[in-house]
Amino acid sequence: MIPPRLFVLALALAALIAVPWWVPGDYYISVSSQILIYAIFALGVDVLIGYAGLVSLGHAGLFGLASYAVAAALAGGSSQFGAVVLALAVALLGTAVFAALSLRATGIGFIMITLALGQIMWGLAYRWVDVTNGDNGVGVAARPMPFGLDLEIASNFYFATLVVFLLALSGAWIFVHSPFGASLKGTRDQPRRMTALGYNVWLIRYFACLFSGLLTAVAGILFVYYTKFISPPTLVLTSSAEVVLMVISGGSGTLLGPIAGAALVVIVKNLASAYIERWNMLLGAIFVAIVVFMPEGLVPGSMRLAQWALKAIRPPLPAGGSPSGKAGAP
Amino acid sequence: MSLWGILAINSVAFGGLLFLLSAGFSLIFGLMRIPNLTHGSMFMLGGYVGASLYMTWHLPFWLAALGAAAVVAVFGGVIERLLLRRLSGSILAQVLVTLGISFIVADFCLLTWTGDPISPPTPPVLAGGVRAFGLFFSIYRMAIILVACVVAALLWTLLDKTRLGAMIRAGVDDPEMARVVGIRVSRLFTIVFCLGAGLAGFGGIMGAPILSVYPGLDTDMLPLALVVVILGGAGSLLGSLIGSFLIGLVYNFGQAMFPELAYFVLFLPMVLVLALRPQGLFGRQAS
Amino acid sequence: MSLKLNRRKFLAGTAAVASTAAFPMPSIAQSAPVKIGLLCDKTGALAEGGFQMEQGVTAYLKSKNMTLAGRKVDFVVADTGSSPAITKTKAQELVERDKVNIILGPLAAFEMFAISDYIVQTKTPTLCLAGADDLTQRKPNPFLTRCSATSSQAEHVMGDYAAKVMGLKRVVCLDFDFAFGYEQQGGFQQVFEDNGGKVLQKVWAPLGTPDFTPFIAQIQACDGVHQGFAGAAPVKFMKQYADTGLKLPVCGGETAGDDALLPRFGDEAIGLVNACPYTIDLKNDANDKFKAMMDKEYQAIPGFYAASMYVSVQVVEAALHALNGDLSKPEQTIKALRAVSLKDTVRGPLRFDHFGNAVGNMFVRKIVKQGGKLTNVTQKTYENCGQFWPYDEAKYLAQPAYSRDYPPVKT
Repeated sequence: MIPPRLFVLALALAALIAVPWWVPGDYYISVSSQILIYAIFALGVDVLIGYAGLVSLGHAGLFGLASYAVAAALAGGSSQFGAVVLALAVALLGTAVFAALSLRATGIGFIMITLALGQIMWGLAYRWVDVTNGDNGVGVAARPMPFGLDLEIASNFYFATLVVFLLALSGAWIFVHSPFGASLKGTRDQPRRMTALGYNVWLIRYFACLFSGLLTAVAGILFVYYTKFISPPTLVLTSSAEVVLMVISGGSGTLLGPIAGAALVVIVKNLASAYIERWNMLLGAIFVAIVVFMPEGLVPGSMRLAQWALKAIRPPLPAGGSPSGKAGAP
Repeated sequence: MSLWGILAINSVAFGGLLFLLSAGFSLIFGLMRIPNLTHGSMFMLGGYVGASLYMTWHLPFWLAALGAAAVVAVFGGVIERLLLRRLSGSILAQVLVTLGISFIVADFCLLTWTGDPISPPTPPVLAGGVRAFGLFFSIYRMAIILVACVVAALLWTLLDKTRLGAMIRAGVDDPEMARVVGIRVSRLFTIVFCLGAGLAGFGGIMGAPILSVYPGLDTDMLPLALVVVILGGAGSLLGSLIGSFLIGLVYNFGQAMFPELAYFVLFLPMVLVLALRPQGLFGRQAS
Repeated sequence: MSLKLNRRKFLAGTAAVASTAAFPMPSIAQSAPVKIGLLCDKTGALAEGGFQMEQGVTAYLKSKNMTLAGRKVDFVVADTGSSPAITKTKAQELVERDKVNIILGPLAAFEMFAISDYIVQTKTPTLCLAGADDLTQRKPNPFLTRCSATSSQAEHVMGDYAAKVMGLKRVVCLDFDFAFGYEQQGGFQQVFEDNGGKVLQKVWAPLGTPDFTPFIAQIQACDGVHQGFAGAAPVKFMKQYADTGLKLPVCGGETAGDDALLPRFGDEAIGLVNACPYTIDLKNDANDKFKAMMDKEYQAIPGFYAASMYVSVQVVEAALHALNGDLSKPEQTIKALRAVSLKDTVRGPLRFDHFGNAVGNMFVRKIVKQGGKLTNVTQKTYENCGQFWPYDEAKYLAQPAYSRDYPPVKT
């Protein structure tokens, strides 16, 4: 008997793989790719928010750093493969510096340092014109062709993104279920006790930041191939805030939560905005509704509701516990 | 010499404006530990409401300012009672709900007042300026400094010298004990939130003759408020006041002295200070 | 002031009987509606301009009963949110999902750059408002037409006027620290200095600056100030400028004294000289009709954004006539668009150069108080100004693009 959770997940996976067939047109396939890209980004940020207990308001800076690295490398004549490797390296290096500075504080101090660092990256994107071309941005001429697959075609790009997404999700799953993940959760819940037990809390958090930066970089690389363009507005503070909202609204501290949050925001911003002029208000209202009805997030909240619904429709067990049930014996 | 003179004056004036901007946030965060990310939108809403009261309904400026503060205070009270009350301690949910509300407020303002910037004329009694010592002093900006100091003094008096203030501080330090003693902690929290929201709204209309009110004002000003509060030390009113003037100085002199670094003039020092002293300049050690 | 535009999609409105009988009836294949998509910001920082763009387009369409050259018009508005990523997605939505024939907008250069490659790849004729110079100069986009102007076009004229008529000799320039600012100031500086003036310094303020006072404070001794702020900033700047007690004459670019902002300026803006491809006080039939329409439908004063889009639709209509309503071949469409030459538009005569950029009149105006209200009064009209005016095209293209440091400030 397949446990219901696994069944639902398998169904979801099948639906994801089948997207190009049930979604009405190339445009919607592209939006699906976008959802996956932001889901990876949100996963990266969730590693910090949900599992390390650290809220970062500067991750759009790291995201943009990876995008710019790809675009600049390609503009400089590098191969696609070289550009991706360079971007991962640059972004990891950036994260190393970012984390070293930010982890000087926790709580609100961490949030503020990451905010400031994100703003500095944003300013650099405008001012370091030799590399970033300022606010005119850098275009990417062509998407890569891994194994001869032309990623300019929407469904091909979608599949490539899906593969990367599944890899990222698996990586995140392994990460949080590993002993390291457990110790990370320990530093989130009981930092003093962890220190007393001999764990190097700072180092644990540092590695978590690096992993978060890795996922963010992957998302940034996919993003710049998706839009084929990068410019400073991508690194703005509201972008960092947006991905944090994706994580919280979806359910921080879970793996599926960020995916749901990413889907929510991308769908409202890109699809609902075609029908509703005041989509910003709608998005805000949805966030408020989530807080009221599912404060732990969409995914945990939905699971809670589902369990409640299942309990409600399942017939109650007879008193006494055996199927034949002797009724009402005092 | 004129350059440094103008910068010096404006540092103090801008600092006064920053204090009016951030006092509300500092109050709410310091006392209730709630990061009120709706703060920027409340500031903007106060600016719009005040501008309408002043320009469309022709109320005298001071009345429009108080009216704006009252409207935003009521709005804050509603948010606190209906939404924030049930989220105490849950920081992520507070972030989500306050940001969600700020989206709604920002879009509402766009819908009601359209996208054009609104620039309330300086009230005639405070318009113009005086020339002294070879410098030009804008009267309104001088008035802002005065108002900021008065507000600071009033807040300090309220919190340190009145019974209400004592009850608030008791309710914050130990809510359980406070309730045992008979203090209505929930009602106090609502009062504090209303006060903080009202201050934000007041700041918005007071700042409007200088900054104008326009879509995007909330996202332009919120980071500044955060910088002031965090740098000055969350929870410290004195810290916010000094932090405001300090940021005013950094903003004015930094822009002029390091024009190439204009984009970073606030955030580089912030990273430095926080990296060296994470609790801010005047804050207590992080809990 | 409430907006009446609360329907996103305007379907072909009135009865099928074409209001124009003077032109040949289109064949059966062309009786399907023309699909026009507008990319503009309705929710972000540039929403003010976005609303006006939409007003301009719908004003023209309504004046023609949603019918252009005998074909009904399906008009779709897509909100870019001032985000390049969303602009790209919305462009895809317009092209792939809504199958538009023509795109109008976007407003900002960064939005335009995000979709530049895409519109070439999908061969979608676009009439943008974004002024990014190189899109019609050194990196020309073959599917682009621009009815407004390059970022530097009006500033060339402003430089000429400042030197020759205002008699300014030493000017300090202030602008936002981004490409639109660089291109405006560069254009001004080049013409100003070629006519005997000197730009003493260029002061750059970061985007999102709340208080310009530290930048205004840096203004050295000079006889005039030139600024190119856009969005909400022009109103704020003039106020803060007055607050520093400076009384030097101020001149500006196409956004600095935009007519649509006139009700928002205070008396401190009186005397502001600004150069723009459109002016509210141009007296001709088209402009009178346009102003009346804007007043009736939106109770709004039209400015540069609304006017540019109004004219863009007029150009589309003219191209449709020339093509007999046939938009099936994009290369022909863009050729027809660029071949349009009109005498009576809201900005006067209009035609395009071979890069697709507008050639028309530039108006230098001054803000004055008339009847208790502020308005722009034209001081001088420069006729037949293209993007390279007053220079020779080849020589202009040979020099570097305007940037933060070009032309350099000569010490």
